[in-house]
Amino acid sequence: MNVIETSGLGKRYGSTWALRECTLAIPAGHVAALVGPNGAGKSTLLNLAVGLAAPSAGVVTVLGGRPAGSPTALDGIAFVAQDTPVYKNLSAADMLHLTRNLNRRFDQRYAEARLGELGIPLNRKAGRLSGGQQAQLALTLALARRPRLLLLDEPVAMLDPIARHDFMATVLTAAVDEGLSVLLSSHVLTELERVADYLILMSRGRVQVAGEVDDLLASHRMLTGPAAQADSYAARPVVHARRAEAQAHLMVRATVDDPVPPGWEAHPVGLEELALAYLREPAAAALPGPARHRETRLSEVAK
Amino acid sequence: MTTLITPARPDEDTSPRPVPWRRMAWVTWRQHRIALAGVAALLGALALCLWLVGLHVHHVYAAAIACRPASSIACGDLVYSFNGMDTFMANGFVMDAVPALIGAFVGAPVLARELETGTFRYAWTQGFGRWRWTLGKLVPLAVFVAAAAGAFSVLLSWYYQPYLAAGNQALALNEWSPLAGGLFLLRGVVFAAWTLAVFAIGALLGMLIRRIVPAIAATLVLYTGLTFAAGLYLRQNYLTPLIGRNLLNPPASAWIVSQWWIKGGKFAFAGDPNADGMPRMNVLQQVCPHISSGPSSGKLSPAAVLQCFSQHGYTMLTSYQPASRFWPLQWIEGGWLLALSVLLIAATVWLVRRRAT
Repeated sequence: MNVIETSGLGKRYGSTWALRECTLAIPAGHVAALVGPNGAGKSTLLNLAVGLAAPSAGVVTVLGGRPAGSPTALDGIAFVAQDTPVYKNLSAADMLHLTRNLNRRFDQRYAEARLGELGIPLNRKAGRLSGGQQAQLALTLALARRPRLLLLDEPVAMLDPIARHDFMATVLTAAVDEGLSVLLSSHVLTELERVADYLILMSRGRVQVAGEVDDLLASHRMLTGPAAQADSYAARPVVHARRAEAQAHLMVRATVDDPVPPGWEAHPVGLEELALAYLREPAAAALPGPARHRETRLSEVAK
Repeated sequence: MTTLITPARPDEDTSPRPVPWRRMAWVTWRQHRIALAGVAALLGALALCLWLVGLHVHHVYAAAIACRPASSIACGDLVYSFNGMDTFMANGFVMDAVPALIGAFVGAPVLARELETGTFRYAWTQGFGRWRWTLGKLVPLAVFVAAAAGAFSVLLSWYYQPYLAAGNQALALNEWSPLAGGLFLLRGVVFAAWTLAVFAIGALLGMLIRRIVPAIAATLVLYTGLTFAAGLYLRQNYLTPLIGRNLLNPPASAWIVSQWWIKGGKFAFAGDPNADGMPRMNVLQQVCPHISSGPSSGKLSPAAVLQCFSQHGYTMLTSYQPASRFWPLQWIEGGWLLALSVLLIAATVWLVRRRAT
């Protein structure tokens, strides 16, 4: 099952396209990171997936074909929006009560236990909690709904390093313990490696890269060699070239089995390195999931 | 990372039963109880004032009409003191602002606050569903403000009763037409209907403007425009006005729409609204110079003016709404306001359902 599937999805505000020709299929059971610079279209994609925005083009479905924003879809999705909005004049206990009343499922015991662990007093007004506590409260409300898909829009952008770490630890625990699928957007690349096993890179309203992290890392190599020969390398597609005085670093789409030219060294790449290379080259693209899936399916048929 | 796939929960069918409405009722109450308490406090304080002043007004009025002999100086003093308590002008327009205040301050923030603070991203992505959420907030709040305003207008009706009693004129007591602009709004069903309409206007403008203070301001402006339009242009045409010929003393309870003079079946000139529809001085001097320039021209008798103009072939026409039409006019105005409110609330729900960002 795909937790999110889009086809030719686009969103236009006025004359600007915030998202264009987005075709994606994110399979269930992943912690997927949606990465890109500000204004890349990450929030737009998430808003479309929860039905807060309507597509200008294309379609988006969630949880195996349910129309985004429909009651059946919202029943299984929990969304923590940017800046983790909570009602500032309500107490944490009231926020729990509110969320319980607005959903079919709500695990009150889990929510209270978690807030207790975090040291968030139930009777304190949400507006008087720290930024990290507000984020944790919003996350707790989302998790207590026992969703199958958790969407997080820039969840840690406003948090200090400790709060950020605690927040992501909670998300990971929930993902592992409950088989929850997670899609989180971020422009912070650090920590992604620890968290995400699926990557979607966006820039300027388009999807640049989409795929499982292991696959992406296995299909990219960093070649280091003499700068003079950098331009003549054409064996595999170059994603990004970085030149120092004597040496050049080429991020290429190649596997361990691909031959390395004489005088060059090949190294595996890290997730942050890979993401940076693509973000620096908005024109480069590693084909998104669906195309690759189609290949796989064809090869399966051939067998 | 390992991921455990838990089996689908049994209640996760593709068409789940919606979350029941009664749970939304708690949400609406919890989030708007302060606004509702504010409405109750405002109306309660005003009601207390009206009640205390009203008791006094009723008391003086009862004494004035019971006073015998009516021509005595003591009775004249009572009449004078009742007329001197002409508190309608003093607080009538304050009361006319009540529907606007309640409607705007309760209605406009319902959606504007969510949109302004970003909490709509929380509220509209819960399992309850966002159009149901909107309906579950707007309908109970609308019913509450309309009911509160309706109860309050019962008190207002009682308060203004002495000014509306037939026969006040004979005793030289002040008498108002129940159809008079500001007063019509305060009694019967339209006070509640206007409150409801302003609430609905506020809700829609809050959705469109997305900010609380500008939405409240726009709502108040729109209410002012709409009440003036209704009072000056619409209300007099709900029912075709009656036309009286040479009506010298129309009942004080009637609402005079306009007065004009005709000659030979054609419009001649408009009557002076400040002088019971009598001709203006320039016309008077032209047509009947002998009465306008006579020795007693300082206090012209309307009867004499009418007689003179009749001799010259003029007829005075008065279009008016009799006081007996109070309830038909109330139901007409209440009806269209109710229809407007339903339409506006439906439009708001539709907007929320259709689009958020």
